[in-house]
Amino acid sequence: MDMTAAILATVVTAATPLLLAALGELIVEKSGVLNLGVEGMMLAGAVGGFIAASLTGSLLIALVAAVLAGMAMSLVFAVLVLGLRANQVASGLALVLFGVGLSSLAGQGYVGQSLGAAWRLFPESWREIPFVGPALLAHGPVVYLSIALVPLTVWFLYRTRAGLILRAVGENHDAAHGLGHDVVRTRTLAILWGGALAGLGGAYLSLDYTPMWAENMTAGRGWIALALVVFAAWRPWRLMAGAYLFGGITILQLHAQGAGFGMPSQVLSMLPYLATVAVLVIISSNRSRLSLAAPGSLNKTFHPPA
Amino acid sequence: MLTLEARAAPSAALSILAPVVAVGLTLAAGYLLFELLGVDGGRALFVFFVRPVQDLYGLGELAVKAAPLILIGVGLALGFRANVWNIGAEGQFALGAVAGGAVALAAHGVEGWWTLPAMIAAGALGGAAWAALPALFRTRFNTNEILTSLMLTYVGVLLLNYLVHGPLKSPDSFNFPESRPFGDLALLPVIVEGTRAHLGVLLAPLAVLGGWFVLARLHLGYQIRVIGLAPRAGAYAGFSQRRIVWATLLGSGALAGLAGVAEVAGPIGQLQPAISPGYGFTAIIVAFLGRLHPVGVFFAGTLIALSYLGGEFVQIELGLPLAVTGVFQGMLLFFVLGCEVLVRYRIRLGGARRAVRGGAT
Amino acid sequence: MTITRRTFTGLAAGTLAAAALGPRAALAAPKVKAGFIYVGPIGDHGWSYQHNAGRLGLMEALGADVATSFVESVSEGADAERVIRQLATTGHDIIFTTSFGYMNPTLKVARQFPKVKFEHCTGFNRAGNVSTYSGRFYEGRHVVGLMAAKMTKTKTLGYVASFPIPEVVRGINAITLAARSIDPEITTKVVWVNEWYDPGKEADAAKALIDQGVDVLFQHTDSPAPVQVAQERGIKTVGQASDMARFGPDAHMTAIIDYWDAYYIERVKAVMDGTWESKDTWGGFAADMVHMAPFNPNLPAEVVSMAEAAVEGITSGKIHPFAGPVVKQGGEVVAKAGETISDEALLSMNYYVEGVQGDLPA
Repeated sequence: MDMTAAILATVVTAATPLLLAALGELIVEKSGVLNLGVEGMMLAGAVGGFIAASLTGSLLIALVAAVLAGMAMSLVFAVLVLGLRANQVASGLALVLFGVGLSSLAGQGYVGQSLGAAWRLFPESWREIPFVGPALLAHGPVVYLSIALVPLTVWFLYRTRAGLILRAVGENHDAAHGLGHDVVRTRTLAILWGGALAGLGGAYLSLDYTPMWAENMTAGRGWIALALVVFAAWRPWRLMAGAYLFGGITILQLHAQGAGFGMPSQVLSMLPYLATVAVLVIISSNRSRLSLAAPGSLNKTFHPPA
Repeated sequence: MLTLEARAAPSAALSILAPVVAVGLTLAAGYLLFELLGVDGGRALFVFFVRPVQDLYGLGELAVKAAPLILIGVGLALGFRANVWNIGAEGQFALGAVAGGAVALAAHGVEGWWTLPAMIAAGALGGAAWAALPALFRTRFNTNEILTSLMLTYVGVLLLNYLVHGPLKSPDSFNFPESRPFGDLALLPVIVEGTRAHLGVLLAPLAVLGGWFVLARLHLGYQIRVIGLAPRAGAYAGFSQRRIVWATLLGSGALAGLAGVAEVAGPIGQLQPAISPGYGFTAIIVAFLGRLHPVGVFFAGTLIALSYLGGEFVQIELGLPLAVTGVFQGMLLFFVLGCEVLVRYRIRLGGARRAVRGGAT
Repeated sequence: MTITRRTFTGLAAGTLAAAALGPRAALAAPKVKAGFIYVGPIGDHGWSYQHNAGRLGLMEALGADVATSFVESVSEGADAERVIRQLATTGHDIIFTTSFGYMNPTLKVARQFPKVKFEHCTGFNRAGNVSTYSGRFYEGRHVVGLMAAKMTKTKTLGYVASFPIPEVVRGINAITLAARSIDPEITTKVVWVNEWYDPGKEADAAKALIDQGVDVLFQHTDSPAPVQVAQERGIKTVGQASDMARFGPDAHMTAIIDYWDAYYIERVKAVMDGTWESKDTWGGFAADMVHMAPFNPNLPAEVVSMAEAAVEGITSGKIHPFAGPVVKQGGEVVAKAGETISDEALLSMNYYVEGVQGDLPA
């Protein structure tokens, strides 16, 4: 297989879980809520999807189960931060602890089970198409869904009335409330959407990327997804660029090692993180204020005026 | 239907009562959880909360485990108050350990009374230097510190890893990744016989006092409080955002670095790849659980540390997997955070209309 | 012995129930209490999973005579000493500390509890009540290196590696030496992921190696992800720590199994008999500490018989995987023909042999 196509294919798979979880978090943060519990929700999705797949054998049901598992976790968060107005950062971090524990408890009987071949959307013969075939047509449906979600997110945020309300709530919840928008309802839906996509991102790991369940298998991807939302300055296309940049450098440094590149592997492993920082520093210094364009009410508790 | 009505000022009585209610709810829910798993609930709770601190050694362990959380938590709390989001304490912790540890290793064979102070200074500087990068990026290039501090954590941990596999590797370790053990004069002495509580543990209460002093007495603390509550007001008052960013990041980095060097010069005694079980991240929870107040951080750090010790005891004595501890800790935090609502709001039964004419609840 | 998922969960449930009933029902008191401390979660499907399988095997073999407890995911930092000490104070007669980083904490606690026996896995320091043990996994790697030489067409082997410690370097060298003893043109490519356990990253490393022409893949990381990748890409591979055949029905040639059951049973029995003494055990095939998983039926018969002969040769001592000539990268001779590398030199191995590409990090 052509090396470039092969690398591209691997980059796509490495970026997909990050992209999905980050797209969900982007909507959450656009509504003015910071949910740091992405890692916990991804793990819930990963284990929920895997259990459903191994019980039913249906990948579609598995994906639905993963989405529901992620949403259930996010609902706990929503009750805390919207219902009880608890601190968002701490509640999100508590959600991670809870998610790690709950997922490994639920998955205890599934460690070491194999699901068999991963699900591919297009027929195998399509992979014969030069370059495009192996690089872009050899993936599971979740990959294409994640890419399709980028323009959909843009369309939703900037072309629909619901998106406008969501942004208004996130920018200034008091003003949005004054205009008669239901801040709590909007944010609940956003949080649930974030849980759904994080669950899907987790399920991509346990059903497609490495089809198995192992404890804590997300291995920190939830945190990277959170960082990418900031990296993207809350813009969907830039988010996609960030996820692919991060995935790309991760893969390239592995290739550099395989090719016998004379640099300590620890230094090469630092590259994805250093590159992300470098790119962000360059972007933010060129266009002042852009990188700090966080939604105005982000991480602030909404107190409805009496 | 429940409605929440904001209190004019947080209730002082309830800010003590709320944690009590939370602990009560946790005990009740924990009892159910353990019974559900087929374990005597009462005994499980006893093992979780009391067994770890039944003797002097246990209390010492609580101090050893809580000290880094409190040290880091105090620094983060001050920063968070000023809306400076240092998420990278874990990396600053590693760099503090590396810098302090490098001094200990360089002093090998020629240690003296100066070694420990030099290590501690180097540790604080190392942590502060690692936090200076996000501060520089934020003030000079306007780059969001959440991302940069988090990314630098991964880099810092890999750097530690590289050093113990390479330049700082012990000559007698059969090429295993660890430094040589620190000399006796480069180790923090144990302060309570029969425990592991070392001199570095005292840094935690000192940090609490220091943090409280900065917040309550210094102009810097006043600026932090004002900027945190109303950034625009701070700007009108002529406070320098830039200065606050530098001060809080350097301060929290130095405290994380101190925690790092105290860990390697205390219970560990050498540099090795694994020095932190996630202190830098856990301290974020500690900071918020302590309501971003140094004294609150002290109690929150102690509670979280106890929950880790309890988790170990539950595994040993009841054979429950670690996952149960995670679920239980998560529940504990949910209840504590959820009960905060009592402090700031009156909860009324019934809809808003009834709440208007309703009396006290 | 391979523990299937069904028996594993059955046993796990049994342990839970026993633990729950233990305090309430007055059973006959066990003769020995054994404690285990693991560096990873027992669900990692790798290193800690296998040690826990050994613990379960011990319980099955000795029944009511033994009680066990374990603590998982214990950081190798300050936490380790406390957990080991807790095991010592709660009546455990023998404590297995199953990661290199537990070495110094184990020795510290052992000094305070002279009557308790300690067993530290993969370390090199002992004491009157501290034994050390580990497996000669490189014996298995020799066998699969030979098999790889027969199966590779691209003459390029790949190795997904965790951290550059002697144990891992030894494995890389063992397969390279074995493969090149059959075909000197074979080379080995190595990718370090700097994690013991990150299924996604392990899979990515496997893909990168395969894209660079590798057609037989090895791993020294914990998850079965590289095996899955090998299966999907249609190349050959070898499972790590446990039988991973179900993750790659065609790709999985065999696996090098960390088999701790026999050792744990032997040592706990020694405590019961009062014959326990401090010693170092570094056992391979002969000591029943390393097993080969069943060979894949899709392998050519001659490859399987060659592999079986190699296992037999190593077991009987006729074959030593590090018999000379062994030449370092760059041409320095470490062992001449007729010599073998000593155990001490093997334990601290920090160089690549000729045929491995790239520089050893740090």
